[in-house]
Amino acid sequence: MNPFKNQTEEVQTSPKVSDEIKQTTCFMCACRCGINVHLLDNKIRYIEGNKNHPTNKGVLCAKGSAGIMQQNSPAKLTKPLLRTGERGKGEFKEIEWSEAMEIATTWLSEIRNTDPKKLAFFTGRDQSQSLTGWWANQFGTCNFAAHGGFCSVNMAAAGLYTIGGSFWEFGEVDWEHTKYFILFGCAEDHHSNPIKMGLGKLKSKDDSKFVSINPIKTGYSAIADEWIGIRPGTDGLLVHSIIYELLKSNKVDWEYLKRYTNSNWLVYNNPGKENHGLFARDENNSPLVYCKDNKKITTTKDQNSNSAFFGKYKYNNLEVIPSFELLSKEYLKPKYKPENISSSIDVEVDVIKRIAAEIAETAFEKEIEIKVEWEDFNGKKNSSFKGRPVSMHAMRGISAHSNGFNTCKLIHILQTLLGSIDVPGGFRYKAPYPKHVVPGPKPAGKIVKANTPIGGMPLGFPTSPDDLLTDDNENPLRIDKAYSWENPLSAHGLIHMVINNAWKGDPYKIDVLFMYMANMAWNSSMNTKETIKKLTDKDKDTGEYKIPKIIYSDAYYSETVPYADLVLPDTTFLERWDCISLLDRPISSADSAADAIRQPIIKPSRDVKPFQDVLIELGARLGLPGFVNEDFSAKFPNGYSDYIVNHERQPGVGPLAGWRGDGNEFGKGAINKNQIHEYIDNGCFHSHEFSENQKYFKFTNKAYLDFAHEMGWIAKNEPIVMQLYSEEMQKFRLAGEGFGKKIPPDHLKERIIKYFDPIPSWYQPFEEKLNADNNKIYELYAVTQRPPHMYHSWGSQNAWLRQITNLNYLYISKHIAKTNNLKNFDWVWLESFSSKIKVQCKIMQGVNKNTVWTWNAIGKRKGAWNLSPDAPESNKGFLLNHLISDVLSNASNKNSIISNSDPITGQAAWYDLKVKIYKCSDEENDGKIYPSFEIIKNNSRRNISINDYGKQFPKEYSKNNLTKIKEFIGNSKNIK
Amino acid sequence: MTSLPKKQNKKLGLVIDLDICVGCHACAVSCKEWNTSGHSSPLHDIDPYGDDPTGVWFNRIHTFEVENEINGSKTVHFPKSCLHCSDAPCVTVCPTGASYKREEDGIVLVNPDTCIGCKLCSWACPYGAREYDEEAGIMKKCTLCVDKIYNENLPESDRVPACVSTCPAGARSFGNLGDENSEIFRLVEERNGYDLMPEQECAPTNKYLPPREKNDQFSSDKLSSVTQDNDFTFETWKEIIKDASK
Repeated sequence: MNPFKNQTEEVQTSPKVSDEIKQTTCFMCACRCGINVHLLDNKIRYIEGNKNHPTNKGVLCAKGSAGIMQQNSPAKLTKPLLRTGERGKGEFKEIEWSEAMEIATTWLSEIRNTDPKKLAFFTGRDQSQSLTGWWANQFGTCNFAAHGGFCSVNMAAAGLYTIGGSFWEFGEVDWEHTKYFILFGCAEDHHSNPIKMGLGKLKSKDDSKFVSINPIKTGYSAIADEWIGIRPGTDGLLVHSIIYELLKSNKVDWEYLKRYTNSNWLVYNNPGKENHGLFARDENNSPLVYCKDNKKITTTKDQNSNSAFFGKYKYNNLEVIPSFELLSKEYLKPKYKPENISSSIDVEVDVIKRIAAEIAETAFEKEIEIKVEWEDFNGKKNSSFKGRPVSMHAMRGISAHSNGFNTCKLIHILQTLLGSIDVPGGFRYKAPYPKHVVPGPKPAGKIVKANTPIGGMPLGFPTSPDDLLTDDNENPLRIDKAYSWENPLSAHGLIHMVINNAWKGDPYKIDVLFMYMANMAWNSSMNTKETIKKLTDKDKDTGEYKIPKIIYSDAYYSETVPYADLVLPDTTFLERWDCISLLDRPISSADSAADAIRQPIIKPSRDVKPFQDVLIELGARLGLPGFVNEDFSAKFPNGYSDYIVNHERQPGVGPLAGWRGDGNEFGKGAINKNQIHEYIDNGCFHSHEFSENQKYFKFTNKAYLDFAHEMGWIAKNEPIVMQLYSEEMQKFRLAGEGFGKKIPPDHLKERIIKYFDPIPSWYQPFEEKLNADNNKIYELYAVTQRPPHMYHSWGSQNAWLRQITNLNYLYISKHIAKTNNLKNFDWVWLESFSSKIKVQCKIMQGVNKNTVWTWNAIGKRKGAWNLSPDAPESNKGFLLNHLISDVLSNASNKNSIISNSDPITGQAAWYDLKVKIYKCSDEENDGKIYPSFEIIKNNSRRNISINDYGKQFPKEYSKNNLTKIKEFIGNSKNIK
Repeated sequence: MTSLPKKQNKKLGLVIDLDICVGCHACAVSCKEWNTSGHSSPLHDIDPYGDDPTGVWFNRIHTFEVENEINGSKTVHFPKSCLHCSDAPCVTVCPTGASYKREEDGIVLVNPDTCIGCKLCSWACPYGAREYDEEAGIMKKCTLCVDKIYNENLPESDRVPACVSTCPAGARSFGNLGDENSEIFRLVEERNGYDLMPEQECAPTNKYLPPREKNDQFSSDKLSSVTQDNDFTFETWKEIIKDASK
């Protein structure tokens, strides 16, 4: 026998994969993909994408596949904790749930019986706002928000105040048909699988182009057909310049503008008067247009095909001008010529011009048509949907600037001028959007009284100064100063200001800070070091903490846990119910209205409870209206799953839209006790596919609007008119000029007048402007990008994901390296006007020459997340947060301090950061990052030297004879 | 020392499209997830929460920049796993026969019962595609999900390697590259799929598709103004546009 002959093993090609497959919704990030969880011996053997799921259609990202290790994380909290030592020291005693609930109930009921606004309730990335916001309402506090203020409220609000929808949860690219896709800024965070699937599809077509506008060429930008390394914070200028080029060469869709926008609406030109810049309206409050045929002013309802875009007319003896004249006059100013923009944005003149030409050619010469009969709202029958196949997407990169709201608006205006909103090949709304501009309701919370609900959801959409939450002296009513003159349209609140304001007692002191799943003592706060101090700071006279009580709920031992007085341990996403509801931001696509649930896949082996169950139980213990029956017994004794099925927001409308009534009703219908089982049987989602004639032009599509109205998604059954010219903005500006009942305080007047512009335009980000005003030189821009395999802070506790990334460098351009004499791995100081950090740098090419960047939220505090104190995350990984000041001095009044946020929405301006860089001196070069923090003490930390997950599964095999394989061709198709 | 199969009719392998890979690591983690409970279970991680976490991964994504005189640079995301070579040096170098290539489908496997952990194969592999499991003391590698692609406990549509079915961008394809009539073979032909480091003469089965060279689809590189004058005033523009906007 030849001893070297192959000793082939008997390969077991058909092992048992699972005893059972349970389906649920992933929560490794906010993308909400459907997953199949294979269970073997009651343990998770394998998680894969659900092929039937509308969001991910079978694919799954790195985070999703690492769900096993999130479940296996040793950082999971195990029991309720009560603080025993000083705050921040991590000294706790374990207590029973009964005691924890009693403590929470006592603290909260004291507040509710006296002054409910002394509770500040802020949640993070939980996506259960429809429950948490409603709970806050029933409790009676106006001080509620989720994490949108530090995330992407600029994106959401700018869209909703312009086109009645926005990107991500509000809309998506028509990947099937688009030919020219522009991606603005970092977007590797939200909607991650649909975008990757779409890019694969788009790039595999011959007649397509993908343009990425991003200072940094990583992730999606790496596969762009063209990468434009723009200067951070100047995207609005680029859009201006493209609009300039399109207008000057008559490349706009006049028909679309006339039919679907307010371009023809007449605006009063009456400077210095109370109606200046407002729309002229008739006695029925209907806006007016000038009809060129009969030379008359008429209502928009009687608008014919020949109403004027230009001209000056008289109405009630006052001059009125079509809004498009005002808009085009602004946008054709020579300052927006590519020649005048180029050097401010680091993009060559020829490139700007070429991009504009390519957009125009795609939109107007490559029109596509889908043959479907449909009827618009004016009764006009059409035989096809015609589309201009130019699409765009933007997310955090655009949002997180102090000019983000206006930049987002500019992007929507550009899309609208091209006629590419909700048309084949363009951007498409996802149900329940589009909504009328501006959508309701208004924010509740003007009156806060003991034991009384505030009478509505705390978050909403103001349309005029009358809707602001300010007192008679125009001071903020909310602890985060949302809906105040500092940030009037803060539709998602300002979670990033809560700790600072509560500590200062500005506008008042609170008693309990109640937070869920928001890492505010680390990567979710600006100026982390000072924020931590505020959490532990005591009143000198009383010796009490300035923020008296902190309740925190999370599933894991994050950096925020040690700062809580009472810790309520949450479950993992595989251990609980959840509801991704049409009442909040559902999983709909452009083709279907869809919602989803999570179901418990495995039973926790720890003494933990799902946060939503805890909240519902607290509601019952406190006797909140909505959470108790008339006899004060708990209304939802079985917790969240009970609520999901049995709660009704309005008669027939509950958290879930599918299988209502007898099981055949969608949207509206009686409570169906079997509803949740129907969801489970269907993969934990419900999807209602629109008919072909409802799928495009939803803003005017009769069949769609009738349906949307019937479902209660829109308040009135009328077409949705896109508001290029924003009367809402003008109302605030007029208030700044002294008109109306509510007038801003003097020190904010100039700010309101300047930034509330009915025709949005770019302005210099605040931090840059402030530095210039103070003659301080911080030449460089500093931003973060998101690694697609990590989600915020959660990824670092994941044994697999942290092997991919466990430290971050400061990436710098060759230009910066040369001018500062820097080499790879040099230790450098990075300094902003407020602080400095010491980090290691690496040189790269694919970055704007004046920009430095790093990965977001890789740096961890020593001892958090059950990582060993010598983990790279804590010794080489770092945050830019330390450099980002949470407050800025107000440009109009040096004595007033204001949040480092967008002046309109209060969105945290993370990406406005400006810095300088210099090499560490030899003495300072100790190989350690700065700042460093005390190790977080965590007595429950376990040392795990080997991860042998997978070993536990029995090797059960069945013989098989299968030899045929199934070929699989990805998106690379195009085979002739 | 170990011989390769004489006949190699069937060549199962992967085709990876570098035009659309965004470097998201989905394939790498899905691979880890399937295989840590699969043929080579477990894929150990050492010091998973410590200062130097390392583990066995059959598939790794390398991201790097290529300097380019014309365009400045190109950021490349490059997924890499065993290429299941026809002339696999990792097989012929094996002193025990543990490293072998299957005659029936060309998959290169390691028999854990006969592997002595000498690492000769990892020295021989020019691609660095082998993974030594320190804890188990044996060599491991991509199995092309041999326990998934033929698995009768799974529906037919799921019988593809984990890295392929999970890829969000659709950048990965799987099939018989030895069959000239297969779709995957034609895909490689059409897209000029290439061998990684052909000079090593390993005849890899897996192929990479290079980024597409797109033809210029556009007829003009700038728009012309409706006014003759580039420094037009709003009023002159408006006069011309008035009629156009009808």
